Amino acid sequence: MSEWLENHLPKVVLAPSFIAVLIFVYGFIGWTAWVSLTRSKLLPKYEIKGFIQYERLFDSPRWDTAINNLYIFGALFIVIAMVLGLLLAILLDQKIRVEGAIRTIYLYPMALSMIVTGTAWKWILNPGLGIESMVQGWGFTNFEFDWLVNPDYAIYTIVMAAIWQSSGFVMALFLAGLRSVDGEIIKAAQVDGIPTWRIYTAIIIPSMAPIFLSAFIVLAHLAIKSFDLVIALTGGGPGYATDLPATYMYAMAFSRGDIGQAASSAMIMMLVVFAIVVPYLYSELRAKND
Amino acid sequence: MKRFAFATVSTLAVVAGSSVLAGPQAEVLHWWTSGGEAKSVAVLQEEFAANGGSWTDMPVAGGGGDAAMTALRARVLSGNAPTAVQLKGPAIQEWYEEGVLADISSVAEAEGWADVLPASIAGHMKCEGTWCAAPVNVHRVDWIWANADVLAANGIEMPTTWDEFNAAADKLQAAGVIPLAHGGQAWQDATVFETVVLGIGGPEFFQKALVDLDPEALTSDTMVQVFDQMRTLRGYVDENFSGRDWNLATAMVMNGEAAFQIMGDWAKGEFLAAGKKPGEDFLCASTPGDGYLYNVDSFAMFDVEGDDKKAGQDLLAKLIVAPNFQKVFNLNKGSIPARTDVALDDFDICANLSAEDMGSTSDAGSLLPSYAHGMALRGSQSGAITDVVTAHFNSDMSSADAVQQLAAAVANSY
Repeated sequence: MSEWLENHLPKVVLAPSFIAVLIFVYGFIGWTAWVSLTRSKLLPKYEIKGFIQYERLFDSPRWDTAINNLYIFGALFIVIAMVLGLLLAILLDQKIRVEGAIRTIYLYPMALSMIVTGTAWKWILNPGLGIESMVQGWGFTNFEFDWLVNPDYAIYTIVMAAIWQSSGFVMALFLAGLRSVDGEIIKAAQVDGIPTWRIYTAIIIPSMAPIFLSAFIVLAHLAIKSFDLVIALTGGGPGYATDLPATYMYAMAFSRGDIGQAASSAMIMMLVVFAIVVPYLYSELRAKND
Repeated sequence: MKRFAFATVSTLAVVAGSSVLAGPQAEVLHWWTSGGEAKSVAVLQEEFAANGGSWTDMPVAGGGGDAAMTALRARVLSGNAPTAVQLKGPAIQEWYEEGVLADISSVAEAEGWADVLPASIAGHMKCEGTWCAAPVNVHRVDWIWANADVLAANGIEMPTTWDEFNAAADKLQAAGVIPLAHGGQAWQDATVFETVVLGIGGPEFFQKALVDLDPEALTSDTMVQVFDQMRTLRGYVDENFSGRDWNLATAMVMNGEAAFQIMGDWAKGEFLAAGKKPGEDFLCASTPGDGYLYNVDSFAMFDVEGDDKKAGQDLLAKLIVAPNFQKVFNLNKGSIPARTDVALDDFDICANLSAEDMGSTSDAGSLLPSYAHGMALRGSQSGAITDVVTAHFNSDMSSADAVQQLAAAVANSY
């Protein structure tokens, strides 16, 4: 008995969480996939009706806006947050004084919830309260900065707030990466008289490739699931100019009683996530097998 | 969370256990949780208790009822529906089609509801001929509110046509006053839109376009004119309007920063709460054009098991429509009673005007359900229309494109 227990203890201990994940993650993914093929409105129905919900989804101009916004937001947010994070990390890596304090300051926005970030930036960017009215108050009456209320630019305000929130975190990731590079190699390069920027571009940054991948994965899933920032900052507006797939899904499921439509949009979101995560997992697993 | 769930379960267990000996029972799901609204519900609660019933309150705040609807879904799916739920408009019929609503015709007939409710409002309370819901109040949506001093200072009368409104707005703009206080949220855009549809198209067109969703009406020249007027109105709001809450827009009218606001009569509550007097400090009138757009709150009655719960349901339905509650509740909430035989001496002049117009438009057949407030259409259809309206209002989309998108969005919403 005790021998059996000894052999199977890890499996026994893991079983409950394994079963929970199986049901509550994969089970409900399957459920959502099923519902997305039905004409469910207020309550879920289980009669399969084909791909009608997906046809409706791709006919909807609001969904187009949401997906385009995801591309714009995702691309800008990931690239800028990574570049900024890397730059901050490199500057912090120059053995400066009070590095600990500065690091904390940059990392701090991460401690705020997206709702707080969104509300603060809403006030900062509001033309009547924030930057525009402040600069105009200084006498530059022609100054205009109305991105928040301009449907063509409002999505960029979300990018700004998200970068402000996350670039400190990316910096911390990169800083850890920079510190993990073998000091001997750097010293050898310095002895050879190679300029500092070359040391970074040719030695340090290439050796941090796994960190880039981690940062990318973390930022990408933040971008795809972002919801609270949009709700707090613009409420999806002006009009639906800053809708993202997550806010679209919420509106369909909870405000409009259109569960089938919400399920189909959720499936598309999941496919986008898969498109990013599966190659990552594949490369990770392959690396281990080699 | 777990502890909360446990507490809820044990409360339910206590309620279920005690139901054997108690009188009429009612569990009421609603989202009237803010000051005036909560006070209004308390009135009903007290009356219910005075008649020997025991009331289980289930307030679910948040998201303008979205959170309550999510709670309702969970309760219905688990086969344990509340006795009565705050629902309105076609949502009542939508739930009826799921087969979960009760029949309260016996109460309705005993109390003679058909004689005291306007026919079109009574229609919302019926599910395939049987009564399944009880109306609480009538909010009028097509109101235009104005700052009396600002109008007097600029020599402007309350406009009765949209052309008069545009002329007045141009004059105000020249004088440096914001003509229209507006909050750029989708439902507020939709509210203004439907009053323009009613004003420019008239009641019959409104019925065809926003109730019957007739594709010809949706793409007609009249609808193009409606969108033209929306574009004109866009020029009359200040540049900061995006995302503003409706009560902040009301405050702009109150302090004279803006002249007009188009909003349902809940805006009156803001004026009154600030100590302003109707007819002196602020003016109320119906938006240009004929007709009356109503937003009726009601309680839908769900199928419940057990005689004590059924008795509670009947008692609740009876009390909701009884004159006393209709009067007290609506005095608190700023709306008017749904039944037409309540004396309105204690109500202000705006409420009296509303009641008078409700009577006359009911006779003329122009008493119409508000689309923007979920009275005319189901969620997916009204949402599809609102998407187009708000996209047009917040961009430079042409009116011709807007009507095409409108028809396409409606066709895609089923």
